[in-house]
Amino acid sequence: MSLVFLIFIPILAALFIPLLFKRLGQIHTGWFVLLVPAALFLYYATRLPSVMEGGTYVSELSWIPSLDIAFVAYLDGLSLLFTLLITGIGALVVLYSIFYLDKHREQLHNFYVYLLIFMSAMLGVVQSDHLITLYLFWELTSISSFLLIAYWYTRDRSRFGALKSMMITVFGGLMMLGGFVLLSIMGGTYSIRELIAQAPELAQHDFFIWALVLVLLGAFTKSAQFPFYIWLPDAMEAPTPVSAYLHSATMVKAGIYLVARLTPVFALSEVWMWLVAGVGLFTMVWASFFALKQTDLKGILAFSTVSQLGLIMSLLGVAAAAYHVEGAADTYLKYAAFAAIFHLINHATFKGSLFMIAGIVDHETGTRDIRKLGGLMSLMPVSFTVALIGSLSMAGLPPFNGFLSKEMFLTAMLSLQEFNMFSMDVWWVLFPIIAWVGSVFTFIYSLYFVFHTFAGKHQPEQLPKQAHEAPIGMLISPVFLAALVVMIFFIPNLIGDWLVKPAVAAIQPFLYDSPQNVDIHVSAWHGFNTELFMTLGIFAIGGLMFWTLRKWQHLYDLYPDAISLNRLYDEMMLLSGGGANRFSRIYMTGFIRSYLVYMFSFMTFIVLLTLFLNEAFQIDFSNLAPIGVYEIVILLALVGATLTILGSKSRLTAIIALGAVGYSIALLFVIFRAPDLALTQLVIETISVALFLLAFYHLPQISRKEERMKFRFGNALVALAVGVTMTLVALSAHSQKALPSISEFYKETVYSEAGGGNIVNVILVDYRGFDTLFEIAVLGIAGIGIITMIRLRLTKKEGQHENK
Amino acid sequence: MEIVMSVAIGLLFMAAVYLMLSKSLIRIIIGTGLLSHGAHLLLLTMGGLGGTAPPVVADGVSAAEYADPLPQALILTAIVISFAVTSFFLVLAYRAYQELGTDNMELLRGTEDYE
Repeated sequence: MSLVFLIFIPILAALFIPLLFKRLGQIHTGWFVLLVPAALFLYYATRLPSVMEGGTYVSELSWIPSLDIAFVAYLDGLSLLFTLLITGIGALVVLYSIFYLDKHREQLHNFYVYLLIFMSAMLGVVQSDHLITLYLFWELTSISSFLLIAYWYTRDRSRFGALKSMMITVFGGLMMLGGFVLLSIMGGTYSIRELIAQAPELAQHDFFIWALVLVLLGAFTKSAQFPFYIWLPDAMEAPTPVSAYLHSATMVKAGIYLVARLTPVFALSEVWMWLVAGVGLFTMVWASFFALKQTDLKGILAFSTVSQLGLIMSLLGVAAAAYHVEGAADTYLKYAAFAAIFHLINHATFKGSLFMIAGIVDHETGTRDIRKLGGLMSLMPVSFTVALIGSLSMAGLPPFNGFLSKEMFLTAMLSLQEFNMFSMDVWWVLFPIIAWVGSVFTFIYSLYFVFHTFAGKHQPEQLPKQAHEAPIGMLISPVFLAALVVMIFFIPNLIGDWLVKPAVAAIQPFLYDSPQNVDIHVSAWHGFNTELFMTLGIFAIGGLMFWTLRKWQHLYDLYPDAISLNRLYDEMMLLSGGGANRFSRIYMTGFIRSYLVYMFSFMTFIVLLTLFLNEAFQIDFSNLAPIGVYEIVILLALVGATLTILGSKSRLTAIIALGAVGYSIALLFVIFRAPDLALTQLVIETISVALFLLAFYHLPQISRKEERMKFRFGNALVALAVGVTMTLVALSAHSQKALPSISEFYKETVYSEAGGGNIVNVILVDYRGFDTLFEIAVLGIAGIGIITMIRLRLTKKEGQHENK
Repeated sequence: MEIVMSVAIGLLFMAAVYLMLSKSLIRIIIGTGLLSHGAHLLLLTMGGLGGTAPPVVADGVSAAEYADPLPQALILTAIVISFAVTSFFLVLAYRAYQELGTDNMELLRGTEDYE
C-alpha cells in the first residue's frame, strides 16, 4: 500500500467514529479506535529491517501541481522512529483511555475524532518531505491539540489553556512557514532532501540566518522551549490520555523532530549550534528548578517534560557541532545525536507511564494535589511500582533506561571540550555545569513526584474519594511501559541498532553513510570516569536536598508572580484584544455616513490613481454624436430637477423632482434611440413616484418638522470628488475601446441565430437569458423582503414574552 | 454630445452622493435613486450615442446604423433591479419610522457596547 495513503488512514477512520458511537454505544468506542494505531504500528514495524540497513521509502501524491505542492511521504530512520512512537504510544494511550473515559458520561465521539485527526497530522509532520505539506500537518496538530485540551469545554481553565497553546504554537507555526518559504526561495525547492543536498550553498545566502531563526521559533514554540514553554503547563487541563500522548510523547516532540530533520541544512551555522544547545540547556535547568514549585501532579510532569525536551534539544545542538570537527565520528562528540534519540525513546516510555499513573491517582482519589496525597503505597501497590520505576528512570538511576541516556547526555556535554570553535574553548565548561545542576533538580523532582504521592502519611479525610487500586485494564498500558523501561536497560544495544542508529544516520548524514557506520556501543559500566563521578554527585546532592525539601520549598513563594512569563502572556492578550477593540472603534463609528465616506473616498482614490498611473485618461473628439437642441433642453430640465432636490425644503418637492429626473431620462432614451428603455423607464418611474408618495402619505409627522439640508463642506467635497471621477471615467470609457464590442456579433446574428428582430429583447431573453433569470430572482427576493418587513413587529405587547 | 452627457452624469453622481451622506433616511433613498439614474446614463454614454436607427432589425438598415444594443440591454436590467432596491428601501424606511419614530440616521445608530 502506498505510504502517503497510510498517513490519512486515521483521519478516514475518524469519519466512522460518530456513527459507531451512536449505533454501538454499548461497546466503548475506544475499542474500534484501538485497531487503527495498532494495525499501523504492526505495518510500519515490518519496514524496520530494511530501514535498519539504511533503506528509505518515498511515495508521492500530487496535490496542487501548478504550485508544485504535493504530499510526499519519506520514510527513513528518523521518520520511522517517530512513526513507531506515534502509533505505538497511540495504541497504548487509546487502550488506557478506554478505561479512563466513561462511555456513558463522556462525549467519546468528539474525543476520538480529535485524537484520530491528531494521529494523521502527526504522521504527516514526521513523514512529509515537502515543506508546505509539513507546515499544513504541523498546524493541524496545533488545531487538534486545541480541540483536545478544550475537550471539557465547559471549564474555564480548559478553554484558557486551549487558547494559550493555540496562540503560542500557531504563532510559532507561522514564523516557521516564513522560514520554509525563505528556504524554498534560496534552494528553489520545497523538498527537504534536495535542500539538504545543497546545504553548503544555502549557508552563503543572505536569507540563511533569517530562515534559521524563523524555523527555530516554530520548533521552540512547539517543543515548549524557554520562553515559550508556558502553554504546556496550562495544556494539562486536557484529559490525561491526551497529556500522555500529545503533551509528552508525540506532539511536543515535533519541534525536536524538526530540529533533528533540518540539522543537516543548518548545522553549518554557529548561530544554530548556540541557539539550539543554549536554549535547550537553559530550558532544562529552568523547568527542572520550577518543577519543584508545582503542587499539581500533572503540573510537575508538565515542567519535567519541558525540562527533558530541553535536554534533548541541547543534545541536538551539540550534535550539530560535530559537523565542524574533522573526524567527529571518532571523538566523544558522536555521542550527542545518539543520546538525543535514545533519550527521546526513553522519555516516551517513562514519561508516558508517569502521566498514566498521574491519571490513575486522579481517577481513583479525586485529586491531583500533591499536598493532599500521600501514603497511597499500600492502597495502590501496582501503581506505586510503576511510578517508582518511571521516576527513578527519570532521575537517572540504574537499572532503568534513564540512567543510560542520562550518562550519555553528560558524556556529550563533556565532549564539548574537544570542540574549539565559536568561542567554545572558553565557554564549554558552562555546558556540563548547567547540565549537572539541571540533573540535580531532575533527581529531586522525580523523588518528589513519587514519594510525596505514595509514601508518607495517608490523609483519607483530604481526598474526595476512597482511594483504591485502578481497574486492571487501566494498568495494562503503564505496566507495559514500565516493563519497557527496565527492559531497555538490559538490551540497549538492540534498541540502538534497530531504532537509534538509523535515526542518527539521518540527523548526521555528514558523518555516516549508513546506520552500520554509527560506531556506538551502549554499556552501563564505563569504569571510573568523570560522568560517573558527576552522576554520583547528583545522587548525593540531590538526595540531600530532597531530604530537606520541606525546609526550603517555601522559598519558591518568594518568586513574584508579577514578573512571570504567564503574566506577560496575559498582559499581551489583554493589550492586543483591547488595542484591536480601541482601534476598530476609531473608524467603526456606527454612522452610515462614515462608512459611505470611506467607500466613496477609497473608490475615488483607487479609480483616479489607476487612471493616472496607466495614463488611461483621454478624450476622443473625433467620434462624437452631434449636439441637438432637444437633448440640451432635456438635460437642462434634468439638471434643474436635480438642483431642486438638493435645495428643496419639503420632502414632497424632492420626491416630485426625482420623478422629473426620471422622466427626463426616459425622454433622453427616446432621443438616443432606445424605445424599450424609454417605455420601461416611464412605467417604473410612475410606480416609483407613486410608492414614494404612498410611503410619504403614511408618514405625516415627518412632513411637519421639515428643514432644508444644511450645507456641509466635507460631504460636498466627497460628492464633488465622486462626480468628477465619474465624469472622467465616462469620458475615458467612451474615448477608447481596447477590444471590439460584442454588440457587433449580436447585431449580425440576431436574426440568423436567434430568429428575433428586437436586438435588445433578444439579448435579454436569449443571449443573456441567465442574467434575466437572476434579475427576476432579485425582484423576487426584494418582494419577499418587503412582505417580511411589513409583517415584522419589533415592539412586543405587554405580557408577551416569546422566549419564556 | 458625449462630453455634455459626461458632465451631466458627474452632476447626477455628485448630487446623489451628497444626498446619501445626509442624515435623513428619505434623502438617502432619493440619493440612491439619483445614483441609479446616473449609472444608467453612464452605461448609455460609454457605448457611444451614435447610431441612427433603434436596435430593431429593419429592411435597408446596415449593422453600423443601429444604436448599440448592449448598453440598452444592461440598462434595462439595471432599471428593474434599481426599482426593486428602491422599493425595498422605501418599505424599510417606512417600517423603521413606524417602529422607531424617526428617520434620522444619527438617532438610528446602533448601540452595541462592549468593554
